[in-house]
Amino acid sequence: MKKIKIDIKKCVGCKSCEIACAVEHSKTKNVFTAIYEEPLPISRRKVEYTNGIIISDACHHCEEALCVSACMSQAMYKDKDGTTQHDETKCVGCWMCIMVCPFGAIKRKEKIVVKCDLCRERETPACVESCHTKALEVVNL
Amino acid sequence: MVEIKTEDKATLETKKFAEELNLETIWERYLAQLPQCGFGQLGLCCKNCNFGPCRIDPFGEGPKVGVCGADADVIAARNLLRHTAAGAACHSDHGREIAQTLLLVAEGKAKNYTIKDEAKLKSVAKEFDIQVDNKPVFQIAKELALKILAEFGQQEGELTFMKVRPPEKQKKIWRENKIMPRGIDIEIVEAMARTHMGVDNDYKNLLHHTMKTALADGWGGSMVATELCDILFSSPKPIRGKVNLGVLKENMVNIVVHGHVPLLSEMIVEAAKDKELIELAKKLGAEGINIAGICCTANEILMRKGIPVAGNMLQQELAIATGVVDAMVVDIQCVMPGLKEISKCYHTKLISTHPKGKFVGMEYVEFNEEDALNVAKEIVKKGVENFANRKKELVKIPNETKDLIAGFTTEYIHYMLGGKYRSTYRPLNDAIRDGRIRGIAGLVGCNNPKLFSGQSHVILAKELIKKDVLVVETGCAAIECAKAGLLTPEAAFEFAGKGLKEVCEAVGIPPVLHLGSCVDNSRILTACCEIVKEGGIGNSLDELPVAGAAFEWYSEKAIAIGWYFVASGALVVFGTPFPVTGSKNVVKFCTEDVEKITGGKWVFEPDPIKAAEIMIEHINKKREQLKLKPMMYE
Repeated sequence: MKKIKIDIKKCVGCKSCEIACAVEHSKTKNVFTAIYEEPLPISRRKVEYTNGIIISDACHHCEEALCVSACMSQAMYKDKDGTTQHDETKCVGCWMCIMVCPFGAIKRKEKIVVKCDLCRERETPACVESCHTKALEVVNL
Repeated sequence: MVEIKTEDKATLETKKFAEELNLETIWERYLAQLPQCGFGQLGLCCKNCNFGPCRIDPFGEGPKVGVCGADADVIAARNLLRHTAAGAACHSDHGREIAQTLLLVAEGKAKNYTIKDEAKLKSVAKEFDIQVDNKPVFQIAKELALKILAEFGQQEGELTFMKVRPPEKQKKIWRENKIMPRGIDIEIVEAMARTHMGVDNDYKNLLHHTMKTALADGWGGSMVATELCDILFSSPKPIRGKVNLGVLKENMVNIVVHGHVPLLSEMIVEAAKDKELIELAKKLGAEGINIAGICCTANEILMRKGIPVAGNMLQQELAIATGVVDAMVVDIQCVMPGLKEISKCYHTKLISTHPKGKFVGMEYVEFNEEDALNVAKEIVKKGVENFANRKKELVKIPNETKDLIAGFTTEYIHYMLGGKYRSTYRPLNDAIRDGRIRGIAGLVGCNNPKLFSGQSHVILAKELIKKDVLVVETGCAAIECAKAGLLTPEAAFEFAGKGLKEVCEAVGIPPVLHLGSCVDNSRILTACCEIVKEGGIGNSLDELPVAGAAFEWYSEKAIAIGWYFVASGALVVFGTPFPVTGSKNVVKFCTEDVEKITGGKWVFEPDPIKAAEIMIEHINKKREQLKLKPMMYE
């Protein structure tokens, strides 16, 4: 199963991954026009800073995903490839997944939620491609 | 593999030679940088102080202000002002060097240079209130040089070129909006001071000063460079030339001059005529010494001496990849430090000449105006001697050259349209009024791998001349269109609309006129003044049916140039915006509000065909407002 790994020694906190993620999940996929979209696109990835450590974090696609068990409408599910995916059409916006995620990786999008989908339609996830220090990489587990 | 959108065969061929040797060029370096930083592109990054560096989140979740409290509008406007100041500083220094040389010549300290155009010296001197009757030429030159140098350091008042040349209405617009520059250097210094943390935090105020700084370039530094180069090196007249990498010859010593200031390139051309150096070349097996140019300095020696142009700045590495460049001599601006990498595989000697512009790993021979020709000969000798080190297996010159006509200037147009005794702009104004020529478009500026690697200039030019818009060009844009064959009279028959074709045939000109280097964009300003002076087409520059584009800009100089045209009332198109789009207010000022102040505005349009439509629509609107006749052949 593919996962995104971060080498925190290399993360400089530049937030290129945040911008790349938001642009990838926008309608126009162009940074100059994405910032004018309504609603604004949301980055699924967040750069956090605690105790002197910078880390770019997103959904960990847990094997035993707490968000999947918490979901009352089966919008959150484990896909065949092992990743945790979210079906917007089934989401009722109860936000229980946000409550239970130990990594805070799920975000509110108006009434419902969004989270990292591993950019399966791309050859490389947008955040990994944008990382100029190669702190983010795709690994096969 | 990198996708290059140019259709220029020479570029594509030599790019392949470089790839076969695993050599990196600008296209590979650009790909490696992708995706480029979003904060930088949007202008939402501020590095001006140690509270930062700060960035503003364009998606609204992160901080909306920097540590000092500056919001997106302030940060973007500050960055834009600094870019404009940097561009203006380049042109200002360029003009300053020419003025200093004029002074040396007048004092007899730079014997290798001379006054070639006495008539122009006298007419410019008169503009500066200098008496010219019964005065020796060198005395006039000294007084002019001193007055011009003083304007660089002027603290109050106005620049002479701005007092004397533009129409009254234009000056009124600048004075009422308080954007009339006081001097050349002062506006640039104030730009740096204003953008320090905690000085100017009003984005409109910052943008006003941006216009002031740019005007001190266009009507100041750049115009000084153009006029004084005409005086020192001769005013250009239409001249034949050749362009593209095929001008490099296998059987000759090839010395390429690259950079901007003709103080160096003119001397290299002279030095290459030295009999001893030619003998030396022949002894080493060459048939002679071939000088070719790259970038703006190429345009300077092309306009005045018909020296062949190897290419524009995007081809500087590719020229080396032909294997026959024995020396590349550079001065300042647009010289890529990446040249060092590609020259490692070839025998080419890279020589830098300016104390302001040094490169690690490049040989340095300091050029100075007092001993110019001797230094130039020393440099040419190094190139000749290097001929012996050619690697025969790496010689691959693409068989591509095109003929071109260059050498058009504001003054020459008078003569071209009216001859010696009736010099006038009347036929041009009449052609515009009668609807044979729709208007005039200026296509200027750089080539950029981000966009079309130059091809957009060709697309734009063809779209415009098809609709009877006379196109004037400078810089790397002119070189690109020359490579596509548009700078020949024959191009009018193939590509121009009916009205423009008639004018080109009657006068004997190409549909695209080469006005020179990037400082020669000031020629567009003075030509516009002449059109207004001749009458019938508006009372100020913003009323003219004209539009401009520096479509594939890369340089901060292009930002300065674009701003001085916008501040003078013109519409200017950039293919990608300068880094301010993270601030909606700054974008609105540049693309809408500024039109109410100066009559000019910015347009950011990445599609060259749409850009041409926008320019033509703008020109049509101006024609309507002037109540000119409808287009003759529409």
